[in-house]
Amino acid sequence: MPLGPNTLREMLHTMQTIRRFEERASADYHAGKIYGVVHCYIGEEAIAVGVCGALRDGDQIISTHRGHGHCIAKGADLDRMMAELYGRRDGYCKGKGGSMHIADFEKGMLGANGIVAGGISIVTGAALAAKLDGKGGVAVSFFGDGASAAGPIHECMNIAAAWKLPIIYVCENNQYAAQTPASTTIARQGEIVHRAAGYGIPGVAIDGNDIFAVHAAAEEAVARARAGEGPTLIEARTYRWRAHTERAGQPDYRPKDEIEGWKSPDRDPIARLVAHLKRDGHLTDAEFEAMDRQVLDAIERSCAFAEKSPFPAPDDALDDVFAA
Amino acid sequence: MPIQILMPALSPTMEEGKLAKWLITPGSRIKPGDIIAEIETDKATMEVESVDEGVVEQLLVEAGTEKVAVNTPIAIVRQDGEAAGTPAPAAKANGGTAPAATPQPAAAAAAPPARSVAAEPAYAGETITLTMREALRDAMAEEMRRDKDVFLMGEEVAQYQGAYKVSQGLLDEFGPKRVIDTPITEQGFAGIGVGAAMAGLKPIVEFMTWNFAMQAIDQIINSAAKTLYMSGGQMGSPIVFRGPNGAAARVAAQHSQCFSAWYAHIPGLKVVAPSNPADAKGLLKAAIRDPNPVLVLENELLYGTSGPVPKGDDWLVPIGKAKIVREGRHCTVVSFARGMTYANAAAETLAAEGIECEVIDLRSLRPLDMETILASVRKTNRIVTVEEAWPVCSVGSEICAQVAIQAFDYLDAPPAKVNGVDVPMPYAANLEKLALPNADQVVAAVKSVCYA
Repeated sequence: MPLGPNTLREMLHTMQTIRRFEERASADYHAGKIYGVVHCYIGEEAIAVGVCGALRDGDQIISTHRGHGHCIAKGADLDRMMAELYGRRDGYCKGKGGSMHIADFEKGMLGANGIVAGGISIVTGAALAAKLDGKGGVAVSFFGDGASAAGPIHECMNIAAAWKLPIIYVCENNQYAAQTPASTTIARQGEIVHRAAGYGIPGVAIDGNDIFAVHAAAEEAVARARAGEGPTLIEARTYRWRAHTERAGQPDYRPKDEIEGWKSPDRDPIARLVAHLKRDGHLTDAEFEAMDRQVLDAIERSCAFAEKSPFPAPDDALDDVFAA
Repeated sequence: MPIQILMPALSPTMEEGKLAKWLITPGSRIKPGDIIAEIETDKATMEVESVDEGVVEQLLVEAGTEKVAVNTPIAIVRQDGEAAGTPAPAAKANGGTAPAATPQPAAAAAAPPARSVAAEPAYAGETITLTMREALRDAMAEEMRRDKDVFLMGEEVAQYQGAYKVSQGLLDEFGPKRVIDTPITEQGFAGIGVGAAMAGLKPIVEFMTWNFAMQAIDQIINSAAKTLYMSGGQMGSPIVFRGPNGAAARVAAQHSQCFSAWYAHIPGLKVVAPSNPADAKGLLKAAIRDPNPVLVLENELLYGTSGPVPKGDDWLVPIGKAKIVREGRHCTVVSFARGMTYANAAAETLAAEGIECEVIDLRSLRPLDMETILASVRKTNRIVTVEEAWPVCSVGSEICAQVAIQAFDYLDAPPAKVNGVDVPMPYAANLEKLALPNADQVVAAVKSVCYA
């Protein structure tokens, strides 16, 4: 189904929210308000938003260590996300998970995951549950080119193909596993899509920075999954603008001109969608500025919410080890 | 001490066989590797090798006897240096006197009032005799009847009915949607189980053995054990991982090891290790109903052993409760799973010599029932732990540490541990035997802490 202007503006709003949320998370990380590691998704926003735009509320996704974008795209609450990054009691995980463990089970977001490739089999299990449930639910596994080299993706694509599970494997190929170029460590010059043929499932490589291409591929894969025809592998080629992780003083080994090239308006997924909407007369500069202000206000409110929330009480450390 | 040669199991599922032929007679000198008998089942004829060295004293089962149950004593071998006619351990039960040096508990006056040690309400109803594998199967079948969200998944659990035949009949009764054969992909199906649990189902994941679950340990620990905590209590993983753990027979290092300490170490996991059919059934049923990930460490060599099991489908054994299986006043002996075989045999031998052991079957390794252990130690003032696992950082290590920390003043002797030897499991039968603990070592350990 072609995307109408209202839907596209909503998608743009979500993409801009992801970007602004992470710009703030990065700034607050360097300001010492957020600890540990923050992995930014900036530059890859079209994938999470395009795929989740093809899903229903009851569908389930799993994310990676780079998980803020998937959370926001699946409808997670910004206040509780930011409070979690701040390590506060009102965060999604009561301040005990942090950036790499944000989950919202009510929204079907089964969690970011701190282990590369660690989520793939979990969400394949959600697909098995959906199939046994028989109500047409589907599951999406987001993973990176780094995880494509680990065992779980092979184990799970094999099972999902053999059992025709309703799942879409979405490889966000940003071309680097941390600092290591995929082209030097992943067979076939770093292209992952070819794996699909080995399992006899459809595989499609798309421009991950083109929201239309992402959404169209996801819709087709979701329709197949809902119809009981099994999994699809989507390789969405993209690039992350920021370093592997926000960590002061760590060099980014990627070529400067390569990084800058991916930020140009003809490659930036947000600029491309803005240009499309403007060209068709569905968005003005003023409207986009207003949208951006709205987004920034929401981020500001989430930070205020986080600041106001208390740190966890010492006794909280002992809660939630076991379910009663 | 004379050695009993037991009817061996020629396959994991063999329960009885025909002792077709003896190749030894009383007086024969045998050494490890000597062929001593031929055994027939409906599937095969096999030669039995000796793992012991000595002189055959007596053949207990005549050649040609049909339906000899696995683990039945079939011959007695006298080791060098022993006088002929020394009674076998089983014949010793009524003999012996208390060793003169057996010290009496000294700290009794300082002991707090003994707390009740009852683990669960005593069962006085009817029982039926089941093997361990039948008890485990019945537990799963009953819980699958009770709750449609429970399903079983693993390698060869459906059509083949389990590598060790624990899932017999389940595919027929519950169909392929609830009894699912997986590919050989432990990480994959363990994680799939966790995801299915997060999505509202209650999976039982069978590992063909816990050795192979090493491939899945990331999912067991990083996903199943931690999700509830990491997600701030939003969602946990109500899942059971089960399969045979510990030493099997003659399968060498990668197929013969005990993971008790590995998993008991992890917050967020519950771990049980039953030693008998009644506990196996009650604990597995409790595990399936538990909202947390529970690991059931079964034992291949115990699958064929039988015992009384309470009748009916409501027999539950609480997770986290140890059981005093034999009361005694001189020394506490704590064990679990197959270690109980050695603990019980040693207690029997020692009783004949006047040393009364209080034998505790842990049943659960996490939560660990230190309360029951400490109460017993405050009474006996001595403790010996018994397990097949390696000695470093073992379950027994933790128990001895806790006893030293919490009951130091009650101890009349340093705690003692009986463990497997600190080497990968060797293949050769004589070495394998040496690598595992036995009842004699338990007897010696108890005597040492009793200064007997």
